[in-house]
Amino acid sequence: MALSKLSSPSSLSTNILKPLTNSFLLHRPISTDTTPLTIETSVPFTSHQCEAPSRSVETTPKELLSFFRQMATMRRMEIAADSLYKAKLVRGFCHLYDGQEAVAIGMEAGITKKDSIITAYRDHCTFLGRGGTLLEVFSELMGRKDGCSHGKGGSMHFYKKDSGFYGGHGIVGAQIPLGCGLAFAQKYSKDETVTFALYGDGAANQGQLFEALNIAALWDLPAILVCENNHYGMGTAEWRAAKSPSYYKRGDYVPGLKVDGMDALAVKQACKFAKEHALKNGPMILEMDTYRYHGHSMSDPGSTYRTRDEISGVRQERDPIERIRKLILAHDLATEKELKDIEKEVRKEVDDAIAKAKESPMPEPSELFTNVYVKGYGVEVFGADRKEVRSALP
Amino acid sequence: MVLLLAVNMVTRAGFSLKQLKMWGIIRQKVAAGGGSPVARIRPVVSNLRNYSSAVKQMMVREALNSALDEEMSADPKVFLMGEEVGEYQGAYKISKGLLEKYGPERVLDTPITEAGFTGIGVGAAYYGLKPVVEFMTFNFSMQAIDHIINSAAKSNYMSSGQISVPIVFRGPNGAAAGVGAQHSHCYAAWYASVPGLKVLSPYSSEDARGLLKAAIRDPDPVVFLENELLYGESFPVSAEVLDSSFCLPIGKAKIEREGKDVTITAFSKIVGLSLKAAEILAKEGISAEVINLRSIRPLDRSTINASVRKTNRLVTVEEGFPQHGVGAEICASVIEESFSYLDAPVERIAGADVPMPYAANLERMAVPQVEDIVRAAKRACYRSVPMAAAA
Repeated sequence: MALSKLSSPSSLSTNILKPLTNSFLLHRPISTDTTPLTIETSVPFTSHQCEAPSRSVETTPKELLSFFRQMATMRRMEIAADSLYKAKLVRGFCHLYDGQEAVAIGMEAGITKKDSIITAYRDHCTFLGRGGTLLEVFSELMGRKDGCSHGKGGSMHFYKKDSGFYGGHGIVGAQIPLGCGLAFAQKYSKDETVTFALYGDGAANQGQLFEALNIAALWDLPAILVCENNHYGMGTAEWRAAKSPSYYKRGDYVPGLKVDGMDALAVKQACKFAKEHALKNGPMILEMDTYRYHGHSMSDPGSTYRTRDEISGVRQERDPIERIRKLILAHDLATEKELKDIEKEVRKEVDDAIAKAKESPMPEPSELFTNVYVKGYGVEVFGADRKEVRSALP
Repeated sequence: MVLLLAVNMVTRAGFSLKQLKMWGIIRQKVAAGGGSPVARIRPVVSNLRNYSSAVKQMMVREALNSALDEEMSADPKVFLMGEEVGEYQGAYKISKGLLEKYGPERVLDTPITEAGFTGIGVGAAYYGLKPVVEFMTFNFSMQAIDHIINSAAKSNYMSSGQISVPIVFRGPNGAAAGVGAQHSHCYAAWYASVPGLKVLSPYSSEDARGLLKAAIRDPDPVVFLENELLYGESFPVSAEVLDSSFCLPIGKAKIEREGKDVTITAFSKIVGLSLKAAEILAKEGISAEVINLRSIRPLDRSTINASVRKTNRLVTVEEGFPQHGVGAEICASVIEESFSYLDAPVERIAGADVPMPYAANLERMAVPQVEDIVRAAKRACYRSVPMAAAA
């Protein structure tokens, strides 16, 4: 079994057994409540070459509600993308993130938009977390003008530079040296910000990761390498691909932390900790123990190399959205109905975005030749039949 | 004369020509003997020493060094990284003195990990810095080619203009002398086939200075192919070339020698061989026009075609492998655009279609020589006696 650990029944405060009438009386407006709340992570952190941060995470009702809403949006978005793909409105590759939402959301909570994130091709939710809109996501998936890359990138190439999201990369492992380069530039510019370079357990064995990590450690770059360990590199389970699947230890001289990636609060704590560490001491590795419900991509059913019981088991015991729902209910931050209403709103938002995206036009034919260069010098460029289709690069 | 001596003293004291201009001490165009024939003098090191009207000689390595120096001085976002660029002063001394001048934050010695440090360079360019990544030779760039092509060249397009990559990848390319098969490969055709890259290849010191400065200022990824054997060669440079604002346009070839009977296209070291071939041809009554491509991508098709329309004959010369090479592209371009102007089939001189051998005689056969260019030009002019069949 590739699953590492199932969470123990949450060690929440005793509020879980509070009677219903009591909670009704104590009910207060929840969406803007910033009263601090301390919650324990599901399991303690395991560390390598460093001291683990505390299990107690500071949060607020507002934050927990926003976690719920955003993760529900991400979940709904990925499921809708699945349907669009099956309806042949999305072409090529489509790698879905449902199950892993807590990593994207927890990370956002622990950092700022001035910090940078770079990831591989499973980037829809990361993009959303960085401030992208549903319309941009669905339009890009369908190759329309209103997509974040104006239809020219596709599922694997979402970017949002103004809020520090550098893509969206199709070549496994390439984003890691790129992320270390971003960290280099942040240090060079004295910005006091950090870069999170995300990769999967499949990419964790790439040589360029170790090349980049070596340089990052030598030059004290504020780079945090985050292994989103969903235990399968496409169809290959981690124990078949890595001699040592303790990815948080693979940095050797670089400190590492193993985190329950299905617990958004644990992710938040780890990312905050990692940011502080990286700004003072150089690179760090975070291993997020997470899981994807879908297969590797839409062409992979995801059930030939793992059992359906395993998938449903994780969904029942460790689902990140359910964890937050239980927390919210246990602390009386909202009622079940309010949460269901949020989910209904989210569903409607997603449906509206899809409808709007479907109306977005495809890019103009002239767009074939734009953005090849920033400065094209009016150089000639050719289509398939160069006597028929030729243009000048702007 | 007095003014020139004064300029001389002041520049020796460390003031740059630019500063002198700013202070109005000298006018914009210093006429430092631009037109007089060049006397071959010993190479001069760095700052301006005006001997009345003699044209300065500058080695290619010095030209590259001064270009890097000036661009790093002008823009704090420019930095250099590669193996041995710092404390070793550069494997070929191109980055001599830069570490001392700019410090270890801007001149970075990397471990021998091309994939890693090239990716880091590209990532820094994503953020907005302007890296110059040196490959000790372009043979090692193959370890990093994914980053050059997939991370750098394609990003601006895939992101629809959000992520631009103002990076320069530079280093020696092609054959050196006796370095064997793995160290002699020419990558001009490889990189020039990729949309999103710009590929430049200088010949003279003027080219080296002007094109490197243009490459560093350019907002797109540029592959800058130098040549190890050219580093020690000296060329005359005018004061205009020495000025820190000097820059050559990207995408424009230079007609090194005008002619009317046959066009010879070349780049990098081969330009020198082509000029020698043109001298020999001139003695036999064939006037060859030698085009120094300077820019492999974008290729200056209009200059090439205009020349062929004038001469009606074409010889393409390159050092790299012939199949799918630069010459093949030029030939196709000329046939597409100027077919009816051709009076003879296009001739193609290239490296031999074998991995580079080590033995000196075999190596000589594997690389274009002046005789090869002369012979091909004569064939194009229908002046040659056919050789006996080779096989």
